[in-house]
Amino acid sequence: MGRWKMAYTALKKPKTWAILAIALFFIIFPRLGSQYVSYLILTFFGYAVALLGFNLLFGYTGLLSFGHAIFLAMGAYTVAFFTSKFSIFPMEIILLVAIVVSAILAALIGAVCVRYIKIYFAMLTLAFGMLFYSFLIKFYYVTGGDEGMRVLRPYLLGYELSAIPKMQFLMGGYYYYALVVLTIATLVMWKIVSSPFGLCLKAIRDNPEKATYLGVDVKRYRWYAFIISGAYAAVGGVLLAPVIGQVDPTLTYWTHSGTLVFMTLLGGFTNFLGPMLGGLIYIFLQDKVMSLTTYWRFIFGAILAFLVIVAPGGIAGVISSLVKKEKRDEPR
Amino acid sequence: MTTDIINILLSGVFYASILFLVAAGLQVVFGVQKVFNLACGEFYALGAYTGVVFVKIAQGMGLPLLFSLFPLILAGLFLFFIGPIIERGLLRFVYGRDETFQLLLTFAVVLMFEDVIRFIWGTSPQSTPGVYLAYGQIHLLGAIIPIYNLIVIVSSLIIAGLIGYILVRTKFGRIIRATADNREMSEALGINMKSVYTKVFTLGTVLGTLGGALVIPATAAMTEMGVELIVMAFAVVVIGGLGSMKGAFFGALVVGILRAIAISTYPELELLLIYLIVIGVLVFKPEGLFGGSRV
Repeated sequence: MGRWKMAYTALKKPKTWAILAIALFFIIFPRLGSQYVSYLILTFFGYAVALLGFNLLFGYTGLLSFGHAIFLAMGAYTVAFFTSKFSIFPMEIILLVAIVVSAILAALIGAVCVRYIKIYFAMLTLAFGMLFYSFLIKFYYVTGGDEGMRVLRPYLLGYELSAIPKMQFLMGGYYYYALVVLTIATLVMWKIVSSPFGLCLKAIRDNPEKATYLGVDVKRYRWYAFIISGAYAAVGGVLLAPVIGQVDPTLTYWTHSGTLVFMTLLGGFTNFLGPMLGGLIYIFLQDKVMSLTTYWRFIFGAILAFLVIVAPGGIAGVISSLVKKEKRDEPR
Repeated sequence: MTTDIINILLSGVFYASILFLVAAGLQVVFGVQKVFNLACGEFYALGAYTGVVFVKIAQGMGLPLLFSLFPLILAGLFLFFIGPIIERGLLRFVYGRDETFQLLLTFAVVLMFEDVIRFIWGTSPQSTPGVYLAYGQIHLLGAIIPIYNLIVIVSSLIIAGLIGYILVRTKFGRIIRATADNREMSEALGINMKSVYTKVFTLGTVLGTLGGALVIPATAAMTEMGVELIVMAFAVVVIGGLGSMKGAFFGALVVGILRAIAISTYPELELLLIYLIVIGVLVFKPEGLFGGSRV
C-alpha cells in the first residue's frame, strides 16, 4: 500500500485523531498551562520512554522485571556524572553514552536473567536492582552515597543555556527537546514491535515451546528484548535527571521498579500506548493524592490490588473491551 | 581472634534465627500456594511495632523487663488474624492466575501496609529501651554475648523443631506436604483446599510477625524495615531453595553469618556480598541448596 493511502486510512480512525490531539496538547501546553503541571508532564516524558522499553519486555515478551529501575538509574547517574564530575555537557553525547553503557549492562544482566522465567526472572532482576543499589550507596566517594549527586544543566543541541532561569529552561527548550526524544523513541519502538522481531517476541510470550519448535531462538530473542528495553529505560533516566536535579540510589530500589510495573499495569500492558497512559495517570494521580493525604501508598496499593484482581488489562484494557462491546451491540 | 569469631558467629546466628522465622513463613506459603509473598516483610514490621506496644503495656502493668519475652511472643501470635484477612480478602482472587500477577498483588499489599504502619505509628522509630540489657550478658572465651541473643536463637530452634514436627508427624503437616507436592491429587483425595490455604497463609503470617517481634529488643522498629527485610528474606529463600524448610534454615544461616562477617570487616560489602551469592546460586544452582526443580 502506498504511504499516502496508509496515512489516509489511518486518519479515518478515531484512535489516530485521539493521539494527534494529545500530541498537540503536549506541544501547546507549556504556553498555556501552569508551570507545575508542565513540570509533571516533563517527568512523564522520562517515564514514558522507560515504560516503552519496559513493556517491550513485559507486554510483548512476557517477562516481568522487578529490577528495571536499574537502567533508569543508570541513565540518570550518567547525566549526573557527565555534568558534575566530568564537565561534559552536550546532551547528545550523554544520551549516546547512556544508551551504550546501559546496553552493555543489560547484555550482561540479561545473559544471566533470560535463562529463567516468571518468578525466577522477577526475583533475579530484583536482586540485580538491589545489588546496584548497594553499589551506589557503598561507593559513596564516587557516587555520593545516599545523598546522591547533583545534575547540572546539559547543553541541548550544542546550546549552552545556563543563563536562563531553571524553570524557563525546563519549560522551554528542554520540554520540547524531551518531547522530540519521546516521539522518536515511540516511533522506533513502534517499528520494533511491528517488525518480524516483534512478532517473534509475541510468539515467545504466548507459547515458548511452540516458538522453539518453529525455530525461534527463545533465549536469544529474550536477550535482545532485554537489551533494548534496558537502553530505553536509560534514555528515560537521562531525560528525567535534569528535571529532578539530583540523582540518588533510591532510583534503583526495588520499589521504584515496582512503580514502573504499576504504571504499566495501570495503563494496560496489552496496548502499545497503554503503559504511557498509565505513567501519565500515575504521575498526576500521585500528585493529586499526595496533596490530599500522606497515605497515598495505601490508596495506590488498593488501586493496584483492584487492577490485578478486577482489571489486569488496565485502563486500555477496559477501554478496548468497552469499544468491542459497542461494536458488538451496533446494528449490522 | 577467637573473640571476634565468636562475636561474629553469635550475632550472625542471632540474625539468622530471625531471618529463619520470616523465611519459613515465606517458604510454607510458597510451597503450598505457589505465591511468593512480598508482603512478608510488612508482617515482620507489623510484628515489630506491635511487639513494642505489647512490651510497653506489660511494663505499664508492672512486668519486670526480664519477662518482656512473653509480651513479644504474644504480640507475634496476636497478629495471626492478619493472615485470614489478606488471604480471604485479597489473595484468593488470584490463585488460578499467572504467578506474576500473584506477585504483583503481594506488592500491592506491601504498599498498603507501609501506610497502615505509618498511620498507626508514625515515622519515628519505636523501641523497647532497656529490655535487651536486662537480660544481661555472659562471657565466653573472652567474648561478651548478650543473653537475649541466645534466647532468641533457642526460641527459633524450638520453633524450627516445632515446624519440623508438625510437618512430619501431624495430619496437618502431611496435608501441607501433600498439597505442596501435588495440589490436584490432594484435592481429589478430598482435602479442603480453601481452608488449607487460609491456615497455611496464617502460619506464614505468624512466623513473620514473630520474627519481627523477637528482633525488637536488639534494634528499633523503623518505617523501612519491611521493604529492607524482604531483600534479605528473598536472598535466604533463593539460597536455600524456594519452598524448602531446610532451605530456609540453612539459607538463613548462610545469610546471617555472611552479613555478620561483612559488617565487622567491610560494612560496604554487606548487601553486595549477599547478593553476589544470590546471583551465583541462581546461576549455578537455581533450585537453591534444597529446592525442587521449578525454574
